[in-house]
Formats: sequence, C-alpha cells, structure tokens
Amino acid sequence: MNYVPNPPWVVREMLDTIGIKSMEDLFADIPEAVKLNRELNLPRPESEMELRRDLAALAARNLAADDRPCFLGAGAYDHYIPAVVEHLLLRSEFYTAYTPYQPELSQGILQSIFEYQTMIANLTGMDLANASMYDGGSALAEACALACDTTRRRKILLPETVHPAYRQVIQTYAMGGKMEIVPVPGDEGIADPEAVTSRIDKQTAAVVIQHPNFYGNLETELRRIEQAVHGAGGLLIMAVDPISLGLLKPPGEWGADIAVGEGQPLGNPLSFGGPYLGFFAATEKLMRRVPGRLVGETVDRDGNRAFVLTLQAREQHIRREKAGSNICSNEALCALAATIYLTVVGKEGLKEIARRCHGLACYARQQLEKAGLKLKYRKPFFKEFAVAIGDPQAANAALLKEGIIGGYELEGALLLAFTEKRTRAEIDRLVSVLGGIAHE
Amino acid sequence: MSKLIFEKSVKGARSFTLPGSDLPDRVPEEIPADFLREEDPLLPEVGEVEAVRHYTELSRKSYGVDSGFYPLGSCTMKYNPKINEWAARLPGFAGLHPYQPEETVQGALELMYELQRMLCEITGMDAFTLQPAAGAHGEMTGAMIIKAYHNSRGDTKRTKMIVPDSAHGTNPATANMLGYKVIEVKSDERGLVDVEDLRSLMSDEIAGLMLTNPNTLGLFEENIREIAEIVHAAGGLLYYDGANANAIIGIARPGDMGFDVCHLNLHKTFATPHGGGGPGSGPIGVKGFLVDFLPVPVIEKSGERYRLSYDRPRSIGKIHAFYGNFGVMVKAYAYIKALGNTGLKEVACNAVLNANYLRTMLAGSYDIPYNRLCKHEFVASARKQKKETGVTALDVAKGLIDRGFHPPTVYFPLIVEEALMIEPTETETRERLDAFVEALLEIDREARENPERLKEAPHKAVIRRPDETAAARNPVLKWEPGK
Repeated sequence: MNYVPNPPWVVREMLDTIGIKSMEDLFADIPEAVKLNRELNLPRPESEMELRRDLAALAARNLAADDRPCFLGAGAYDHYIPAVVEHLLLRSEFYTAYTPYQPELSQGILQSIFEYQTMIANLTGMDLANASMYDGGSALAEACALACDTTRRRKILLPETVHPAYRQVIQTYAMGGKMEIVPVPGDEGIADPEAVTSRIDKQTAAVVIQHPNFYGNLETELRRIEQAVHGAGGLLIMAVDPISLGLLKPPGEWGADIAVGEGQPLGNPLSFGGPYLGFFAATEKLMRRVPGRLVGETVDRDGNRAFVLTLQAREQHIRREKAGSNICSNEALCALAATIYLTVVGKEGLKEIARRCHGLACYARQQLEKAGLKLKYRKPFFKEFAVAIGDPQAANAALLKEGIIGGYELEGALLLAFTEKRTRAEIDRLVSVLGGIAHE
Repeated sequence: MSKLIFEKSVKGARSFTLPGSDLPDRVPEEIPADFLREEDPLLPEVGEVEAVRHYTELSRKSYGVDSGFYPLGSCTMKYNPKINEWAARLPGFAGLHPYQPEETVQGALELMYELQRMLCEITGMDAFTLQPAAGAHGEMTGAMIIKAYHNSRGDTKRTKMIVPDSAHGTNPATANMLGYKVIEVKSDERGLVDVEDLRSLMSDEIAGLMLTNPNTLGLFEENIREIAEIVHAAGGLLYYDGANANAIIGIARPGDMGFDVCHLNLHKTFATPHGGGGPGSGPIGVKGFLVDFLPVPVIEKSGERYRLSYDRPRSIGKIHAFYGNFGVMVKAYAYIKALGNTGLKEVACNAVLNANYLRTMLAGSYDIPYNRLCKHEFVASARKQKKETGVTALDVAKGLIDRGFHPPTVYFPLIVEEALMIEPTETETRERLDAFVEALLEIDREARENPERLKEAPHKAVIRRPDETAAARNPVLKWEPGK
C-alpha cells in the first residue's frame, strides 16, 4: 500500500517547478555522513489484502476477554459499550482532527469537550474538570505534582491500598525532585487511619486516597483522614472509579481538592491497557493551576455562543519552562467516547449500572461463602473484592480451562471484579470452579 | 444557538436498559448510608436518536483530514488509512484485558515486540519502549532516562538542560518537570543552532541538549555531527524530539546522527489519527548504554514466547498504568507493514517535495525568512502584509477558513514574527496544493484591496472570532442549569 497520491509524471513536474533535478537533491542539506544510503531492513510493502490477513492472524493469537466471562478488573473493566459509542466515534471529522486550535473550525469538538468537562465535574461533585489526561495513573501523578506546587510542600502520603501501578507511576514522576513519597501501610484492606494521621505534618502536600481502593474496598475512615489532612493545611486527592459514582458519594462531598481516575470504564474498550483516559477534576481554587486543556464558553463577534480553549497561560506552549505540566496531546477521542457513553446510558442508566455491578458482587460473595470460601477483608466493597485462595495462579489456570478469565492475583487471594455484563449463571460457574479448588 | 446535550434533556427520556435480573437489590444494607450518593449526578436524559443526532451535528461542526487540507505545521496531518482503524478494533486486540495471562496475549506482545524492532531500524536506535502515551509523555520519559543515567554514574551536578530558542514548548516544560534549569541556545542567521553559542554554554552542569531535527523552521540541522560532538565531549546526552521525523524516515536516522535518546510520534509520522487532540503515542528509543533505564515492563522474547519483564533494577519505573496506548500501536504497526522497506522513504521524499513546492509557489507573495531548501515544512511570514495592509497572520488564517482550508500553525516558532508554519505532508495532491496557493494569493490581494473584510473573517464558519479574553477573564468551564 502507498498513500502518496501524486503519480511520477506529476512529481517530475513539481521538481521542475522547484528547480531541482531529483528527489535525492531534496536532501542535499543532509550531510552524507548521516545519510542512510541503503534500503531500510524492513519487510516488503503489503497490499491491503495481505495486511488484513496478517493482522487478523495476529489478533487470532489472542484470547479476547470481553466476549468471555471476565472477572478481571484491577483498574481496567469489562463494562458494556453501547453500539452508538463506536458508531459515532467513527465520524471522521472527530477522529481525523487535531487539537481544536482554530475555534471556528472546531466548535463541535470544543462543545463536546465542554460537555465532557460538565459531566465529569457533575459526576465527581467538583467545581471543574479538564479535557483529559493520559490515563488514571498519570492523572494521579499530575495531581500530586499540582499539590506540591500549590502548597509549596514536598510530602505525598501514599497508602498501600492505592493501585500498585499508580504508585509506581507517582514514584517515577517524583524523579523531578519536587515531591517525596511517604508510603503508608494498609490495615485490613484499607489505608491504616492511624498510620495516615500520624504521618501528616506541616510538610504534607497531600494524602492520596483511592476509593473504592485497589482491593475494591471502601475507604471507611475517609472522613477522619480528610479532617486530618485539611487540618494540617494539606490537600485531599481522591482517585475514583467513575461507574461507582452512580451509587457512591462523590469526592466533592468528601471534601476532595482534586479528584482523578481512570475513565476507561466509560465507553472505552479494554484494548490491552490503552488508549484510556485520565479524568482530572478540581476545586475552583486550583483552576489556574490545573494541567492540560480547558474549554470555556464565551461569545463570538456576533454575540453567538462559542467555545474556546481557555486559560492557556497555564500551558507549555505559552508558559514554556514555567509551565506546571508539559502535557500537550491528551486523550480527546477517549473523552468523547466517555461523553457519548454518559449521554447514552444517561442519568438513570448510570445509577442502574452501578447498582447492578454492586448487586452481582454481593451475590458472588454470598455464593462464594456458601461454597466455603472467605473474603480476604471484611470491608464494604463496590464491584470488586479479594477472595482468599491458597494458590491464586492455579485457580486462574483452572478458570481459564473453563473458558473463564479469572481475577488479579494477590498474595493468597484473587481480586475479582463484577461488571453489569456478568450474569448469575457466569458467577455460578465461577463459584463452582473456585469452590472445587477450595475443597481439594 | 448551539444547544448543549443537557439543554436537550427531557426528564425521564432514555433508551438504554439493562438485561432483566432476579437478584435482590441489596444496596442499602451493604454500603454504609454515609457512603451513598444522595443527589443524582446531573447527566443527560435523552433517547438514543437524539444522542446520535446531537453528536452527528457536532461532528459536522468539526474539521478533520478527511474534510480537507490540514497544513498545520509540526503536526503532520497526513491521511489516516482506514484499514488501520479496522485492525485496532479487531476483538483479538480491542477486547484484551491488560492483566490477562501472558499465554492468552501472545499475538499482542508479538505485535509490540515487532513494532519496537521496526522502530529501531527506522531510527538507528538499539531499543524502544512503547509506554509513553503522547509526544510530551515521551519527552518526559526520555529526560528521566537521561537523569537516571547521570545519577547512576554519581554525576549529580548536571542540573541544566539546553533547548533551542525555536523549540516546541513541551521541551522546556519537560526539562522543568524533571527539575532541570532550562538554558536556551540561540539560532544563527541561517535558522540553525548557533554552534559557537552552544559551545560556550557547555559545562559539566549540562545534562543534555533537546533537539528537533529538522527543526521547527523545517530546516535540517546540518551541523548535527559537530553538535553531537560538542554535547558528548562535555559529558551531556543528545535528545531527539521526533515531531519532525516525517521529513527523514528512510533517508537519515537519529541514531546515526549521534542522538542517544529519541522519541517518535506515532500519531504524526506513522499516520495514526489525532482524535481531536489524542490519543497519541510517543515511543522512546535509546542507545545500548541506556537500555537498562527503560520503563517497565520490557517485552522479551525467548524462543517463540513473548513475556513482560519487570525484573529491571535500574529502570526508571512506570510512566503509564499499563503498557501505553496499545490501540494506537496496532495502527502504526499496520501502517509500517503496508509501506514496508521502500514506502517509508517515499513518505519522506513526497513530504519534502510538497513542502518545497508550496514554498516555491508562495515565495513571491509572502515573506519566507529562511527561503532555501526546506524539509517537510517551512515557515512563511505575514509581516509584509501586516506592515503594508495591517492584515496579520491570524487574519490570513481566518481567511483560509472561508476558503475551505484548515489554517497552518500561526505565531510559532516564536523566532519568526507573524509566522505561518506550513506542513503539507506527503498525502496531498498537486491540485490541492495549487488550490491552497491560489487561496493564499487571493488573501494577499484581498489584504491590499479590502483588508477590513479579512479582519472580519471568517464569514462562512459557524462562529466568528470568539472572545478569548472574556473566556479567560471569567472562565465558564461547565454548564450549570439556569445560568
């Protein structure tokens, strides 16, 4: 395949117009010493027919989780995606556009981002939201950086109940030297409230709380932690599952200063971990320090409603080395998927999905307990929990044999997630396999 | 007036339903009351047909490469092949959970492994990571690798990073995120890095130089070997910003120029769509001595098996929760396979041909500050029009909208006044380039005959010159009922 449209005779005429002899002469400014002067050592070009066959063969060497009973979660969830979402994302005015720098040509994209910001702000109960970050992990790391910037403090308290990959990402971002990570142990599947509060001091920029946390548990001591960190002049950063917000009290009502999370559950496919989107919401006080793009409403010269990229003085292309973040491209199309998803499932639909997930998880716990298994922690959960299993790896292998994608392997436990796609029959099969192992 | 989806909501309207269930609704007992949401989130209430019409209408108020010519400089807005969209949506790719057992994702790991190998060959680097989710994310990863390298040698006094005055804003912003003090190196009268200025800036406090080549003026840094020697002699590393790699793929390689770390934008050079601002993908390539510092996990192959390896004690760590934007990787992989060993060079040749063609055709009417052989893009200036007629680069951009084109990048790079940065890419026909030239010549005539009309442009768009100052002064960032 080749996507260059000018045939050789046109190329010839264009070279004549420019006044040079050959394509080679177009690169006369590149020193010979750094020219490749050989063909790239790559396979020969493929036709679309060959490409289609090869890619289909490669894809067939994978086992798609989303068309099997999948109980794997741990930060990426197999929620149902209404057909409308994918259909509208293929409108190529959306997906082949760049960042909306020219508002007159981008009102559609700008308006959709404005709607997205509104939905995320409403869902999280925060004053405002940005246009998206790379993923949940990087959004959380940027939130920590913002907290250090705005409080002029260094310490980030990071409980062990936060997703381990998110903790690793924050640790990597800390290479900048502006933040110091203070690990906090967990206690019975939640952040140890004593350990958190005793570590809070005048150097604490923020406490990070994932809620529900990595183990699926509600952080039941959240109120106490919030009071302690605010009492010491630090910020509360919350990482949340957007689906849970159809049911659970939102971060804004808990007093969070920044709320972030992985937006993948909102209409984005699992896609082996990406592209996903990080959502990022904050209080109005932090508005001028929020990283990434923001879309605002204004009017045009004729008084018509219009949407524009705004508060750009925060961003790298204006502020350069004084910018708080270097983010430029974000995950706009994934944010559009989330916007369309939330529109299509709507206010009632999101509540029902959240309740269904929770109801299925409750049913699974009940059945697992009936089969003689125990949960690792005795804490309220939303859609995910850890069940104690001696050999989680063997359990997953046994489930896979039955065509079931099992859970995330913890030490002596399996972390199981229940989306609205799961059925009672699937859960019964899960329980029968796990129960069988437990009794061996 | 353009209505928001919230303003189209009708209480109780909906299409979506869940399958029936005979499970009891146990919510109130299982979750402590204090943890439940009391007030419903304000979300739209519309039936499916209204949702579809709403977002279809918004798509019609947007403009992509599929709509027409999009010569946005430094953004490489080339055609996005449709077969790649098909590939990324195959259930065997789109339906994979990132934590599935390795034996169930061998095809995905093979694709990533092969993509890394092909990128190594294209750039002349020794190893790649695909984890960064965008160009700036890649820059950050690259700067982390540079920092980790110096630290590993106990060389901790390197606290400064050099960037050219023509650099993208992400370069200095990235250096700042890593705690580096940013030192700017000047451009010389030919628009290239001032080699003597660079020499004078070097010391044992310099961590490295971040360089885009060709640079943001679309000019190849001809002294690249000397620049590399200067930076390396002082113990610094050389970072390649791949924003402009479309100009040189198959012709020259960063690895052969002396770069130690390099990023590529799959969403520019490798034809994956920009999605209205993302998702992108910004893989990082390194030379052999830096391989240990790459983020985890690293994809390894032993025999016919692929695996994700986390056992990398010197790694900088993770920069993305999972493995990066896999769906974007699938599209780039398909693109490279389609073009193959000969096609990528054709890309660079035709991208450079198209840019030089436009430059030649426009040189009579617009000022071109560095008017010589350019690479994939060039920077014109509206300073002549501004001086003679008052019409600015912004007015020219708005005039282009009326003529059916997406404008070029304006007011960048900062070292050119009234800049119009034009990158046609290789996927445009001569006819379209000619039509674009004709539009710009017509705008030049209009500037002389009726500048006021241009100052009021665009006349044919859905809105006209939104008030950005008001938007920033009193920010309205979300819809609120009744406001």
